[in-house]
Amino acid sequence: MDDQDFRLEARSWLRENFPPALTNVSGLIFQGNAHAAAASADFQLWRQRMTDKGWGVPTWAPRYGGAGLSEAQAKIIGEELAAIGGFNPIRSYGTMMLGPTLLEYGNEEQKLEHLPWIASHERRWCQGFSEPGAGSDLASLQTKCVDMGDHWLVNGQKIWTSGADQADWCFALVRTDTSRKQGGISFLLIDMKSPGIEARPIVLISGSTHFCEVFFNDVKVPKGNLVGEVNGGWSIAKRLLQFERSSLSEVKTDITPLAPLAHRYVGSDAEGRIADPDLRARMVHNAMRHAAYMATVRRFTQEAKNGGPNNGVSTLKNLWSTIIQRRSELVIEILGAHGLGWAGEDYSPDEREASRALLHSKAFSIYGGSYEVQNNITAKRSLGLPDR
Amino acid sequence: MAVLNEEQAMLKDMAVEWVRDRMPISVVRGLYDHGGGGKPGDGVGFDRDTYAEMAAMGWTGIVVPETFGGADFGYLSLGLIVEELGRTLAPSPLLSSAFVAASALRLGGSAAQQERLLPGIAAGSLIGTLAVDEGAHHAPARITLAAARSGAGWRLDGMKRPVQDGMGADLFIVAARTAGAPGDTHGITLFLVPADSAGLDRRRLDQIDARCPALLTFEAVALDEDAVLGMVDEGYPLLEAILDRARIGVAAELLGLATQAFDTTLDYLKTRVQFGQIIGSFQALQHRASEMFGELQLTRSAVEAALDALDAGDANVAQLASLAKAIAGETAHLISNQMVQLHGGIGMTHEHDAGLYLKRARVAEQCYGGASFHRERWGRLNGY
Repeated sequence: MDDQDFRLEARSWLRENFPPALTNVSGLIFQGNAHAAAASADFQLWRQRMTDKGWGVPTWAPRYGGAGLSEAQAKIIGEELAAIGGFNPIRSYGTMMLGPTLLEYGNEEQKLEHLPWIASHERRWCQGFSEPGAGSDLASLQTKCVDMGDHWLVNGQKIWTSGADQADWCFALVRTDTSRKQGGISFLLIDMKSPGIEARPIVLISGSTHFCEVFFNDVKVPKGNLVGEVNGGWSIAKRLLQFERSSLSEVKTDITPLAPLAHRYVGSDAEGRIADPDLRARMVHNAMRHAAYMATVRRFTQEAKNGGPNNGVSTLKNLWSTIIQRRSELVIEILGAHGLGWAGEDYSPDEREASRALLHSKAFSIYGGSYEVQNNITAKRSLGLPDR
Repeated sequence: MAVLNEEQAMLKDMAVEWVRDRMPISVVRGLYDHGGGGKPGDGVGFDRDTYAEMAAMGWTGIVVPETFGGADFGYLSLGLIVEELGRTLAPSPLLSSAFVAASALRLGGSAAQQERLLPGIAAGSLIGTLAVDEGAHHAPARITLAAARSGAGWRLDGMKRPVQDGMGADLFIVAARTAGAPGDTHGITLFLVPADSAGLDRRRLDQIDARCPALLTFEAVALDEDAVLGMVDEGYPLLEAILDRARIGVAAELLGLATQAFDTTLDYLKTRVQFGQIIGSFQALQHRASEMFGELQLTRSAVEAALDALDAGDANVAQLASLAKAIAGETAHLISNQMVQLHGGIGMTHEHDAGLYLKRARVAEQCYGGASFHRERWGRLNGY
C-alpha cells in the first residue's frame, strides 16, 4: 500500500474510532494520572481500540503489540490524529524510553514479558536513575544491587522519579560493582509491588507532586530482570537518555503566539502595535528565535532521515529550554499582577495556569540532563573539544 | 545542512574546491594595505577576471531562466555558493548581480528588458546592483532621490549610498521617489540606470571591509520611458520583493562567514596551550563554544528555510527573509566578536584573519537592514 492509500485508511479509521468527547483533550492528563485514566470510560475505550490496532506503537512488531508499520506510516498516523484533535492514549515513558531500549538491548523473553503491556498501556513505568548524590553526575549513583544467587537484592534511594507513586514497574540503574564508576552499573527492571519499596511524592515550587522519592529496602528482584550484561548498564542508560532527550525536545514544540494576549493585557498603540515597546521588542526576539528553533527541528529531522549526523540532540534541548523559559517569563510580564496568582477565583484559570507554568518551566534546563551537562556533551561530541 | 539533490551536492563540492583554490582569505586581504584599511587607488573592490571564471562555471546564471542563458537552478543552489564565498570573505559581485539584479529583472522586468539585460547578467559580462539606501539607516520607504517626468522620459536628481559593488557595476537598479513624501510607500518607482549615464557620478567609499561600495550622485540624469522597472509610483512591493532576495542572499553570506569564523576559532581552542593545557579543555570555553554552535544551527535553519521558500514560491518569503537576516546578523556579530576575544592579543592584529571577519560582519549585518530593522518588520508582519 502506498503512503497516500495508507493515509486515507488511517484517516477513516481514526475518525470512526476516536471518541469525540476526547477531542482536544491533552493526552498528558491521562499519561500522568492513573486515577483519571481509570475513571474515564472514553479514555479506556480509546486505549483499548488503539491497543487492538497496534497503533500506539505502530512501528513495533505485532508480537510485541505493535502494527509492524514503517516510520513513514507511523508519522502519517500522528499527523492524522493531530488533524482531528486527538492524542495517542498509549504514549508513555514505556513507549518513549523503555520500549525502544528493550528493543535494542533486551532479550526475547524480556521483550515478550514487557513490550505487549507497554503497547496496551496497562503497565506504567517510571525511571529510577537520579539519586540524592547523583544528579548531573549520574554515574556516581550508589543504589546497591547484590547477587544473592537466586535473586538480586536492592538497597538505596532514587529521587526525581516521575510518577513513581502511580507506576507499576521501574527501570532502574543500580550499582553491581563498587570498584568501577560507569563500569559498575547495571540496568534492572523492578516490579513496584515488590516488598520493601516506598514511593513518596515531592512537592515542587509549582505545587506539582509529579516527582517522587523512591526507597528500596532489601528489595528482591528476579535474576532475569537484568537487561544486557551485568555492569553493562551505562551504555544502555546513555542510549535511553538519547530517546528521552529527543522526545523532550521534539514533542514540545507547539506554542500559541503571545501577540494577542499582549494586545489584550498591555494594550495597543496608535499604529496597532503592542503598547509597551520594550516588552514588544523582547517578545518579537523570543518569537523569532522560536521560529528558527522550529526550522531547526524540521531540518534535523530531515537530515536524520537522509542518514546525516544525529549529534544535535543536546544542542536542540538547550535551545528549546532557554527559548521556552524566556517565553514563560514573558507571559507573566504580559499578565502583570494577574500573572502572579496561586489560587482563587480572583484569577482566571488561564492566569493561574501561567504562574504555575512559569514555576514549572525552571525544570526544563534541569531535567533530562541539565543545561550545563548538555553543553558538556555538545563540546565533546559535536565539537570534539578535549577533556581536561 | 539542507538535504541536497545530486546536482546541488556536486555544485557545492565544486564551490568548496574553487573557493579554496581561487578565493582563499588572502584574496580579500589583498584589498587591504598594511595599515588595516582598504588600499587607496581606483580598485573597485573585486576582480573582474575572477568573476568571469565564476561565470564560466555557470554561477552567474543560476537564477536566470534558461531562455535568457541561465540554468534556472534555484535560490538554494545559488545560496550554497554565496555561503561558500562568505567563508573566505570572497570579494565578488555575485550577490549584487547574479542574485539581486537577476531577481529584480525576473520579478519586475518587461519581456524586452529581460531579453536586453538578463543574458548579460547570466554571462557575467554585465554587472548589476541595487541602489536603494541614502542615509545612515536602511529605510526603503524614506527614499528621497527624485525622479520627475521630463519630455518623453524621466530626470533623476539626488544621491545613493552605500551601493554595494557600485564602483564596478555596469547597471544600477535605482529606487526613486516619483510622488508622495519620504515615508510613503506610494510614490516609489524603480529605474534601470546604465552606469555610464550622463550626469551620474560615482565615488569610492573607503569602508572598513575594503570592499569600497559607491556613493552615487545624480544630476539631471535623463532616462527613457523604458528605463522604468515595473510600475510607476507603485514600485514599493516590487522593491520589497527584490530586497527580500537581497536580504536572504546576505544572510547566506553571513552564515558562511559565521561558520568559518567559528571553525577557525574552534581550531584555535584545540591547539592553543596555556597553564599547561589545551584551552579548549576549559569548561568556560567549551560552554561558550557549545552556545555559539547552537546559534549557528538556528542560523543555518533560518537561511535554508528562506532559500527553500524562494524556490517553492511560498507566500511568507518576507517573514522568512527578515528572520534569516536578523538571526544571521546576530550570530555573525556574536561569533566575530568571540573570534577576536578567544584568540586574545593575536586576534587584535591586522596580521590575523579575525579582524577581517569582524569588519566584514559589521558591514554585512547592516546591509539591507540590520537586526533591529528586521525584528521590527517581523513583529509587524506577525501582529506584535
